[in-house]
Amino acid sequence: MSTVRDRPAKRLPDARPVRRSARPAPGSPRTPGRAWPYLLVAPTVLGMLYLLVYPLARAVLISFQDFRLRQLIRGDAEFVGLRNYRTLLTDARFWEVVRRTFLFMAINVVLIMVLATLVALVIERLGRVGRTAVLSALVLAWAMPVLAATTVFQWLFHSEFGIVNWTLTSLGFESFDRYPWFAHGPAAFTILVVLIVWQSVPFAAVTLYSALTTVPTELYESARLDGASAPRIFRSVTFPTIRPIFMLVFSLEVIWTFKAFVQIWVMTNGGPGDATTILPVYAVQTALSSQRYDLGSAASMVTVALMAAVLVLYFRQMFRQEGEAL
Amino acid sequence: MRSARVRLRRLPLHIAAGLTIAVCLFPVYWMVTTAFKPNRDIQSDTPQLLPQTWTLDHFRTAVHADGFGLFWRNSILVTLGAVLLALVVALGAAFAVARMRWRGRRQFVLMVFIAQMAPWEALIIPVYIISRDTGMLDRLPTLTLIYFMMTLPFTIVVLRGFIAAIPPELEEAAQVDGCTRGGAFRHIAFPLLAPGLMATSLFGYITAWNEFTYANFLIIKHQDSRTLPVWLSSFQNVFGTDWGATMAASTLFALPALAVFLLLQRHVTSGFAAGAVKG
Repeated sequence: MSTVRDRPAKRLPDARPVRRSARPAPGSPRTPGRAWPYLLVAPTVLGMLYLLVYPLARAVLISFQDFRLRQLIRGDAEFVGLRNYRTLLTDARFWEVVRRTFLFMAINVVLIMVLATLVALVIERLGRVGRTAVLSALVLAWAMPVLAATTVFQWLFHSEFGIVNWTLTSLGFESFDRYPWFAHGPAAFTILVVLIVWQSVPFAAVTLYSALTTVPTELYESARLDGASAPRIFRSVTFPTIRPIFMLVFSLEVIWTFKAFVQIWVMTNGGPGDATTILPVYAVQTALSSQRYDLGSAASMVTVALMAAVLVLYFRQMFRQEGEAL
Repeated sequence: MRSARVRLRRLPLHIAAGLTIAVCLFPVYWMVTTAFKPNRDIQSDTPQLLPQTWTLDHFRTAVHADGFGLFWRNSILVTLGAVLLALVVALGAAFAVARMRWRGRRQFVLMVFIAQMAPWEALIIPVYIISRDTGMLDRLPTLTLIYFMMTLPFTIVVLRGFIAAIPPELEEAAQVDGCTRGGAFRHIAFPLLAPGLMATSLFGYITAWNEFTYANFLIIKHQDSRTLPVWLSSFQNVFGTDWGATMAASTLFALPALAVFLLLQRHVTSGFAAGAVKG
């Protein structure tokens, strides 16, 4: 710190003799101690290096090693080149998990985006009271901690006392009497989709709604004067305006559903069988339950690589939005 | 006549709005009411929308469960620590990015954006190994540091936006009047930053309060360092199949988040839309 203070003081010895502070005048072309910005960002950079980059490098390293429980304890892991990746990529089960991950993501994201857009359009058309009510409900669902929501959904779908089974049975679907949702693969998969959609729609809907409020009303009026139908107006006026934010939310939801872990781990542990195992669950199972840290790391790195592809999309979007702000 | 027709035309809209509210709130409602129902209502063949008789038994069970107070303390300590650390570090970085010109600034911003998408789920194994090798396993500061890192990039991005929105002339005027650069920032910009600080600390609070994976896999031997989410996830062992106690525990766990969000709703919606990022 002291070196920072000294330098400008030396450079501007007579410029401001009255001021006790050694810091230079604002906007002076040669500007503040050059080290200041670096000092201000140093904690961030150090934190990122140690807490993010270093673990990532270790993960890459482990994925190229023979790293099991023995190596974890004794720390004498050997490099085995691409062996882990070869094991992984020739495993039919792994590809089944990859396929399921994309299916899970696609179903979730489509449902989230469609429902969120509809909800946003509804909010926009409501009066002030209705709008506040819907927004408050969305915020409450959004604020529900992931784990509390997961626990509640387990209770809603409880085979004996769950209200979902009771409702379905009362509506005449007798086959749902004591239906064990978590014992059937597709049923457990469905519950997880419902849970994740329920958790994700609020954020998407609120963000899309705030985008909708930026559409100029004159555009709507002139479109209506031209006799355009509601779907036509949405396609030609509304959607083009909100497209940047829509794409942003879309990419974020892709990333988030791709990374879904807690809900699945707590609710089904990936089961029954493999029915709800997606990539993050597979990686943790392989690493921590079967103690194949090397294979688990390799699976994580494949996940990261797949997500990086999505990230490229995300950043293109981000930069288009940020533009010159950077 | 006309207004009736308008009302009829708007009926589908209101049905849709009502449906949205019901779907959003029902799980929350069901959690809270179940927590107040006596066991015979919970395990009845016809679910009751409202408890026939209200009982606090389940809350008592949850509160008296082993380590409940301790896990609350842990969660609060870790959350507060992570949020405060992220705010302090992010404020400096955001200020440097928004107000200063320096080499590497663009690269730094790019790095922050990338870090925002960090694949935390994929880092659990190396973080476990690094923590073990440095003797940080089973310790709360480890969780604090990780949650700090999880929330830091978002905090920087949002604060940078807020700082950039404050005209630098305001601070310059204060500096001309004899304030130091730091003083100008503290007296002029800082108060204007309050909504941004609120939105970001809320985000950090939710992330840290919620985090389960790292808390679950890094706190293994030392059960006294567990946090509430982990405790809640093990409810089946703690309470057997006591769904009343489970829902009471979930309610207690969710309540702080629900209350804070509802109180700050306006800041939440605008702040998040500005940052457009969840986690």
